[in-house]
Amino acid sequence: MGNISEKITEMQGYKLHVIETDKYKTNTIVWRMKAPLTKKDVTKRALLPQVLQSSSANYPTTIKLRSYLDDLYGATLYVDLSKKGEYHVISFLIEIANEKFLTDPAPLLKKGFELLAEILLHPNASGNAFDRETVEKEKRTQKQRIQSVYDDKMRYSNVRLIEEMCKGEPYALQVHGEAAEVEAITPDSLYEYYQKALAEDEMNLYVIGDVKEAEVKAFAEELLKFETRTPKQAEDLRVSQKSDVNEVKEQQDVKQGKLNIGYRTNISYGDPDYFTLQVFNGIFGGFAHSKLFINVREKASLAYYAASRLESHKGLLMVMSGIDNKNYDQAVKIIREQMEAMRKGDFTEEEIEQTKAVIKNQILETIDTSRGLLELLYHNVVAKTNIGIDTWLSEMQKATREDIIAVGNKINLDTIYFLTGTEAGQ
Amino acid sequence: MMEKITFDQLQEELFHEKLPNGLNVYILPKQGFNKTYATFTTKYGSVDNTFVPFGKKDFVTVPDGIAHFLEHKLFEKEDGDVFQQFSKQGASANAFTSFTRTAYLFSSTSDVEKNLETLIDFVQSPYFSEKTVEKEKGIIGQEITMYDDNPDWRLYFGIIQNLYKNHPVSIDIAGTIESISNITKDWLYECYNTFYHPSNMLLFIVGPVDPDQVMKQVKDNQAKKEYKDMPEIQRHFESEPVQAAEKKQVLQMNVQTSKCLLGIKALHVDQTGEAMLKTELTMNVLLDLLFGKSSDNYDELYNEGLVDETFSFDYTQEQGFGFAMIGGDTNSPDRLAERLQEMLMAAKDGNAFTDEQLERGKRKKIGAFLRAINSPEYIANQFTRYAFNEMNLFDVVPTLEKITLQDVQSLASEMIADERISVCQVIPKAK
Repeated sequence: MGNISEKITEMQGYKLHVIETDKYKTNTIVWRMKAPLTKKDVTKRALLPQVLQSSSANYPTTIKLRSYLDDLYGATLYVDLSKKGEYHVISFLIEIANEKFLTDPAPLLKKGFELLAEILLHPNASGNAFDRETVEKEKRTQKQRIQSVYDDKMRYSNVRLIEEMCKGEPYALQVHGEAAEVEAITPDSLYEYYQKALAEDEMNLYVIGDVKEAEVKAFAEELLKFETRTPKQAEDLRVSQKSDVNEVKEQQDVKQGKLNIGYRTNISYGDPDYFTLQVFNGIFGGFAHSKLFINVREKASLAYYAASRLESHKGLLMVMSGIDNKNYDQAVKIIREQMEAMRKGDFTEEEIEQTKAVIKNQILETIDTSRGLLELLYHNVVAKTNIGIDTWLSEMQKATREDIIAVGNKINLDTIYFLTGTEAGQ
Repeated sequence: MMEKITFDQLQEELFHEKLPNGLNVYILPKQGFNKTYATFTTKYGSVDNTFVPFGKKDFVTVPDGIAHFLEHKLFEKEDGDVFQQFSKQGASANAFTSFTRTAYLFSSTSDVEKNLETLIDFVQSPYFSEKTVEKEKGIIGQEITMYDDNPDWRLYFGIIQNLYKNHPVSIDIAGTIESISNITKDWLYECYNTFYHPSNMLLFIVGPVDPDQVMKQVKDNQAKKEYKDMPEIQRHFESEPVQAAEKKQVLQMNVQTSKCLLGIKALHVDQTGEAMLKTELTMNVLLDLLFGKSSDNYDELYNEGLVDETFSFDYTQEQGFGFAMIGGDTNSPDRLAERLQEMLMAAKDGNAFTDEQLERGKRKKIGAFLRAINSPEYIANQFTRYAFNEMNLFDVVPTLEKITLQDVQSLASEMIADERISVCQVIPKAK
């Protein structure tokens, strides 16, 4: 079931990954650029793809570019940014209809490649500078994008937990960069960074759909060529163990308190016990049968949501819950008790089996979507591994009760963050 | 007899049968997918708050939020939680309540037969007790508080409240902490017995399944259960003026960026079937021509610094209510409201669009439909919504293809009217 054939070819300056499947009515093309996360570059890296997708040399206004996309049966083009451990990843995503399902048989896949090449290689620029108006417009939007995190309290509290927990580490940087750094970016300095990124980033192209590998390769060869490079590696971070748990409370005018707790797992993707960590997280807080859901929500009736998730490359386990301000002590106590229970092996064989079944289901469902499949496969690029979906599933099945307890004993509580209401908000 | 409906252009086959107890069952085989996704949906949502309970004569009005409360409670049984059973069978289960529907669902890549049995059985065997009802009030109370802090949700309901004076669509789906405090197990049974009869429900299964086998399983399951014939459900809605109830509402919240949403109260909310599908799709095309990313209007708004990427628009039509919404984050909520009104009025009066633009707009919608039906979730949920309104999801593309410039222009001049337009804003709270 997890039998996915990913054909990887070394191209000029990047790797091409082709996944042939006839499941979808559309074809997906994803371009990914990865570089170490640094304070110096992150704000530019966040602005760059927005400028590139806003207009281009042959489609010099947003109206022209977007009208062209509409003509291609509503092809989508969008940008996504993410942090993977100490790396910053830019993605351009194009999804284009498969003409087989249209009454109009004109081929569309190559148009998708041409579009990608246009966006990446033929920007709306003259000399060594991007179009000033475009840059200024996108700078304004970027400032709003950074600011808007504050208004979504669930996201805000998660960002704040990471800022507090990873203070001084690159991972504390926000994916969209820093508001104070936006203004200083110029059409010239951004263009300079663009050239640097195209020359130095680790680049990967994914094509998923009812395509022929040879044809895709020919399109890529013709349209996308770059200098070869040796991708830069993020510095190997040694995170010193905090001697005390870092407890941070922040007051705002909110009705519901947001409790976010960060643990260091000391395990990342590619480590032998990574798959056991997945099982650990599943029993602890990943699902509706997990300890957090049962004990915080169902038994104590304290919350609507209480869950945990992993950051696979940074080695973090993060708990999140929304509670009444007055229930802070009780909620923290219950969550810490659940972690203790995990470390002591206070879970049944049945819970282990149930969790494995649900994780397996989750993985198989994930690879039913092109986006989900891409995310799973991209782990291998970040961690420099070559783990297939089948390996993933079989390794996870091997986790024993002792393995899970051992993983639990590697996990350290680092930071408890609470966004609490003011009197006025209650 | 099971009927087979074929959609040649999309290369899909749909199987359907209406069972003796009235349940409509649909199966869409999807080979190549790992996942099977099934939804079991009742035509009962937050707006159905005044009705004649099954076996009674008089109308009652139930506490706000009860359809959603019932959805939560149906997962709990005498011997524990149904979530546990699904996860033992490797499935993930969920449910949601909308204005007009309550849906229960699972997805799984193994043990599909068992999971389907669990889904049907748990929805058809309610168990409510005073104790568990009380416990749920704390959990749903936190769900309500979470939404209270969410500015986008407040804005969305703010605009609906501006538009609708009497219709229960303006009541928050989850109710309030006050209203749910009045919910009892007896109320839950009354709602359940009225709205969860198989003849008011639809089961949709999509995935790598054998349709004959699945249909047989469902039929066998239903044949074992006794249902009395159900008279037509009587729902009551107060009459609703065509005008918007309020012109404007401003909410002060703990935010840094302001938000502005303009709403248009829809006409033709008595439509069903083909007519409804045509109105809905034409309205969507119209909004896209007016405010889509390739439109002059969007370009102007973006260049004027009035909108950012959160700008969006949407049109919803159901039986008895409907609205278009346009807006997003903005630095100048009043200016944005003004500009949107100007743009709408210009579209109402003039011949705003060309054939070329319409053709492009239709292509975009057709492509978006193909993208959407990559998703089994989309197919099951939307098919059900369409079926409850006597429309067919798979008629979307042919209906889109038939839309003319004349259709778009006449809908614009009809739908857009000052008296049916309203604005809601969220602005940073004064310190």
